[in-house]
Amino acid sequence: MSEAGPREIPRIVSSRWDLEDGFTLDRYESTGGYTALRKALDTMTPAQVGEEVKAASLLGRGGAGFPAGVKWGFCPPGVFPRYLVVNGDESEPGTYKDRLLMERDPHQLIEGILIAAYAIGCGQAFLYVRGEMALAQERLAGALNDAYAAGYIGRNIMGSEFSLDVVLHWGAGAYIVGEETALIESLEGNRGMPRLKPPFFPAAKGLYLQPTVVNNVETLSNLPWIVSNGGGAFAELGAEKSTGTRLFAVSGHVNNPGVFEVEFGVTTFRDLLYGKQYGDGIRNGHRLKAFIPGGASAPWFYEEHLDLPLEAGAVGGAGSMLGSGAIVVMDETTDAVKAAWRVVRFFARESCGKCTPCREGTAWLEKILRRMIDGQGRKGDVDKLMDVCDNISPQITWPPKQTTICPLGPSAVSPIASAVLRFKDEFEALCQGDAEVSVAINGKAYLSQPVQPEQPEPAEAPA
Amino acid sequence: MTDTQDAVDAPEVPEGMVAVTVDGKQILAKKGELVIAAAERTGTYIPRFCYHPRMEPVGMCRMCLVEIDTGRGPALQPSCMIEVADGMTVTTESPAAEKAQEGVLEFLLINHPLDCPVCDKGGECPLQDQTMSYGPGESRFVEEKRHYEKPIPVSDVVLIDRERCILCDRCTRFAKDVAGDPLIHFQDRGNQTQVNTFPDHPFASYFSGNTVQICPVGALTATPFRFKARPWDLTEAETTCTSCSVGCRMVVQSSRNQVLRYQGVDLDPVNWGWLCDKGRFGFEAVNSDERLGSPLLRDEGLLLESATWSAALERATSALQQGIDRSGPEGVAVLGGSRLTNEDAYAWVKLAKGIIGTDNIDCQLDDGLPAELIAGMPRATIDEACAPGGVVLLVGPDPKEELPILFLRLRHAVLNDGVDLVELSSVETATSHLATHSLRYRPGEVHGLVKALLDPGDDLPTEVAGIRADQIEDVARLLGERPLTVIIGRANLTEAAETLAAAAKAINVARPEVKFLSALRRANVHGALDMGMAPGLLAGRASLADGTEALSGVWPRVPTERGLDAAGILAAAAAGKIDTLFLLGADPLNDFPDRDLAERGLAGARTVIATDLFLTESVRQADVVLPAAGFAEVRGTTTNLEGRITTVSQKVTPPGTAQSDWVIASDIARRLGYDLGIESPEQVWDELQRIAPLFAGISPVAADEDGSGVVLEWPRRRASVDELEATSGSGPSELGDAMGADETATPGDAVAPPATHPGHVVGANGASPEPHELPPLPDWTVVEPPAVDAYGLRLVATRKLYDQGTQLRHSGSLMGLAEGAVVRVNPHDFQRLGMSPGDDARVTSARTHVLVPAQPDERVPRGVALLHVNQSGGRVNVNALIDSKTVVTDVRVERP
Repeated sequence: MSEAGPREIPRIVSSRWDLEDGFTLDRYESTGGYTALRKALDTMTPAQVGEEVKAASLLGRGGAGFPAGVKWGFCPPGVFPRYLVVNGDESEPGTYKDRLLMERDPHQLIEGILIAAYAIGCGQAFLYVRGEMALAQERLAGALNDAYAAGYIGRNIMGSEFSLDVVLHWGAGAYIVGEETALIESLEGNRGMPRLKPPFFPAAKGLYLQPTVVNNVETLSNLPWIVSNGGGAFAELGAEKSTGTRLFAVSGHVNNPGVFEVEFGVTTFRDLLYGKQYGDGIRNGHRLKAFIPGGASAPWFYEEHLDLPLEAGAVGGAGSMLGSGAIVVMDETTDAVKAAWRVVRFFARESCGKCTPCREGTAWLEKILRRMIDGQGRKGDVDKLMDVCDNISPQITWPPKQTTICPLGPSAVSPIASAVLRFKDEFEALCQGDAEVSVAINGKAYLSQPVQPEQPEPAEAPA
Repeated sequence: MTDTQDAVDAPEVPEGMVAVTVDGKQILAKKGELVIAAAERTGTYIPRFCYHPRMEPVGMCRMCLVEIDTGRGPALQPSCMIEVADGMTVTTESPAAEKAQEGVLEFLLINHPLDCPVCDKGGECPLQDQTMSYGPGESRFVEEKRHYEKPIPVSDVVLIDRERCILCDRCTRFAKDVAGDPLIHFQDRGNQTQVNTFPDHPFASYFSGNTVQICPVGALTATPFRFKARPWDLTEAETTCTSCSVGCRMVVQSSRNQVLRYQGVDLDPVNWGWLCDKGRFGFEAVNSDERLGSPLLRDEGLLLESATWSAALERATSALQQGIDRSGPEGVAVLGGSRLTNEDAYAWVKLAKGIIGTDNIDCQLDDGLPAELIAGMPRATIDEACAPGGVVLLVGPDPKEELPILFLRLRHAVLNDGVDLVELSSVETATSHLATHSLRYRPGEVHGLVKALLDPGDDLPTEVAGIRADQIEDVARLLGERPLTVIIGRANLTEAAETLAAAAKAINVARPEVKFLSALRRANVHGALDMGMAPGLLAGRASLADGTEALSGVWPRVPTERGLDAAGILAAAAAGKIDTLFLLGADPLNDFPDRDLAERGLAGARTVIATDLFLTESVRQADVVLPAAGFAEVRGTTTNLEGRITTVSQKVTPPGTAQSDWVIASDIARRLGYDLGIESPEQVWDELQRIAPLFAGISPVAADEDGSGVVLEWPRRRASVDELEATSGSGPSELGDAMGADETATPGDAVAPPATHPGHVVGANGASPEPHELPPLPDWTVVEPPAVDAYGLRLVATRKLYDQGTQLRHSGSLMGLAEGAVVRVNPHDFQRLGMSPGDDARVTSARTHVLVPAQPDERVPRGVALLHVNQSGGRVNVNALIDSKTVVTDVRVERP
């Protein structure tokens, strides 16, 4: 735990989470809601809004961490229509911050959408919400209706020239649709499969091949505060390059799992996992074995990484990523092989099936790990596991290279590479068998018992 | 590069090209070209599964990963997705690229069943081949493979084995992007992804066979070829499909003298590698047990009995000779011939016109357009019609039903190249959704509509042919502002061909620069017409008057009077004026629009002599039947709707004693006491070059030189004539001889063609590179159709791809696909009938009535009844309703 502990900071995006009725329009308005929008429409040009967001150095909160203001600038000038797509398809295992934002403060998101759309110059926004998030969908639908009725969305918003329609779209349950080009495909009514970049960079050729800005829910939820308080005030919080506050979802073997808003870039993992007001230490007095710092696709961290600040550069330098802000904690009772298998199984099931290495590779990795856990590991399996990983993500480096179209394939490699590097003995212990291979058709067993070598015929007795 | 210093070091990069290094070799690639294509073009093959040059790349299989360095260091990239860039370095065999390729192949194989010994693809399988070249020696996969029920049908002719499938997206992309029949899809996700159809929505596409050909594994197989042969037992010959007049290039593959498969060949100006299923699987008819293998003669008991060739020819020629003696040459008539090769057609034209002396010969059966129109209009190629940014006016049949690959080309042009399609059709077609404007004109009034579209003027009536004035003005604007090509054909058999001819004439007069693409359907109808197989025409698109001079000394005689066309021949036969009627692969009872006239005609001719592949309904009426050799059994050339001459190859021997049509013609001539002067198909071209400037420099050899054949230029350009004469071998001197030109003329000195020839009206200076003007098209008189009777419906009779045609009836896999006779009317009109969909309705014309099931159909406008001709199921043949002498046919559709 850091000596001074984290300093007191304003709650920028989670300020209404503790209010029972924080999701209602009345409560939102009575707690300063839609004043930022009014300020933007009345006193700022779209370019000024963009400048303010650039000044805030607001990094995208979806995982890649690209500066939002810069991203908006990538739309080719003069090409219309352009679209804003809100990525609310939060489905990385361990990540549940956007869900809370949508459930508990939907109007804040809507105001953020309006501000972003105003800055970009688009008249149509699409809000893509993960299919499983029933409450978020319900609350957002209600909030959108209220906002339309109150004149915050629609034609000539608040008497200005600015008009916007927001379409709420429910996903159909595919992790890969969290990837922005797959999300766009899905939104167009196609199968959710990623597009190739190049040429399909959304800013140039996005939804319906028009310039499209895809932003994360949390990113947009920061905009009302930034417009109200100024980009400079936002940039004063946090570290130099990781400004403001950020939501982290802590889960796993901690005493107090939950989503916490902390100062970005200066708070450490130790603060977050052990701080009283946050994770409150490992459960039942166990010791930390490993933790995933940024969602299931991030390489694992261990005890020695606890004092790293929650900052993209520092975490990246240490060989992992902050990603979507999901921290999964494993104590020493955790079986590293099983943990790796669980993560890989997720990716194998969620692979969209478009490109070969991901479709076949992740499923194969899952089968090998499952076989090990079932007691059918063979000598050489660990090397084979790593070589299959290498065929999906060459050289197993960080940041990962990939033979796949999108990063989902390498995502399945990270947990295996982490676990094998750190806990190789646990894997080797499961790979002692030298069973002969037998493929059981339609059977559950992968391997038969070792074949007994044939006994040589007893030599004939000499006459 | 203008700097001479630099030019020494680096080769000059031409405009529109970039310099790329591939495996250490400097290559020039076209801007925008994909790395995989540029590498292959310059001799470096990069392995691939999903990439197909005729489809949008998707980068899915990852087999083509190579290291590409654009200045930021080498990185593994799919070469099918990356366009070349100046200074790019591509390494296809680096350790990283090789490991990636090997890894991808191992992944592809872990769930592949490796049942190569029983797989039809084995031996020609890209997965096998590339595993040998780029793959790991053995698999490390010890777990259980994925299992599916296999194979399962996705359509009547295509089966899928989902275990073999490597999910490359070729078939699904083809179905969606190329064919526009998105009926097979990826289903499920991840490792469970499979290609399948949705329940009750089979992959019923006219183009489904292409998916089998482009499948890089044995996942898709076609019933006609399954387990018939191993690829290494097949030998092949390149040829041209003769199922319709598009002229798709393909190979015919056979084993043990049996045709077993056709595969599309990518001919850039025509079919891009695709074939329709009717063409692809039509080979079953070649092998049919019902093929005629010996001549038949009608005996006293009115039965057809097997006979020897000498007996049959003796009977045929003596009947012919007696007929000529009795009624003169005009008593002889020839129907059909558009099935024949160019050489066969010429032999028969020479026999009929040059030896017998009759001009009563028509290769069309009144189901096409006037021969003078086809011979006289300026002609476009498919590429010209599909040129980016143009407008295509389609006044003709639904290309999807009659000329399927032309449909694919048009579809691509509309969707990818900004071509606007304007369709004039009395009913909605499968092509209508591609059209910028699709106008439903009242049958029989197309010429009026076309005239209004060409010049709407200021005093346009409120409607023309059922089209509102404002629509006409919109379309007229579009037609006027961009380059225009017209596709003209005969969609509706009840509509007089003169209405279309008059429409074409109006376009030709108003817009002389506009070229036409003929949409006549029969395989070599254009070649037959070019050989003069129509009344009033001689070889080389010449009229009797213009072409006679060149024939003196070559043909014993040339008819002087224009003879009868098909309708005229049948009417004359019915009136007892035709003594000998030849049927050259013609089945007028089923194909002539007016069934009653066809019946009377066949009955009225004294002797009917048929040469055919099958005993069709009409052939059964013949007195002498001569078995002909058909497709894949003869060699020669065929001419497609563009006027493109390509070769057809012999691959197998004909059944029994069947003979090539030119041999039959030659035998008949000999028995009449003449030598046809033809000893081989190739020899025909020596004579054609001599008698018709259109064919200067053209021969089967020339057609084969460049795989794309030779296009007959029409109108011809002076420059091209020079070029041909300068480059061709024996042609020019013979041509010069025939024209009486100075033998010493050097190449480039124009040999003036006869100024009388319509194609060679040379400008004043005699060397204009501009196209020569064609003589004006004749005027066609059109009878205006009567007003529509309030109780009647105007009949539209169109063709479907699958019908009761002879080839289809003998192709086992296709014969069940014809939908059967149905009369379709607009739902509003249907409501008046008080019937349930599918009940039999009585359809009554002035001629007769038929009973056919009726269906409501929104694609049919009010006031129109749609029938597809030559379908089974009607109580009588529906072409019995049609009177070929009237401009339209009105019917009543009622409860029986």
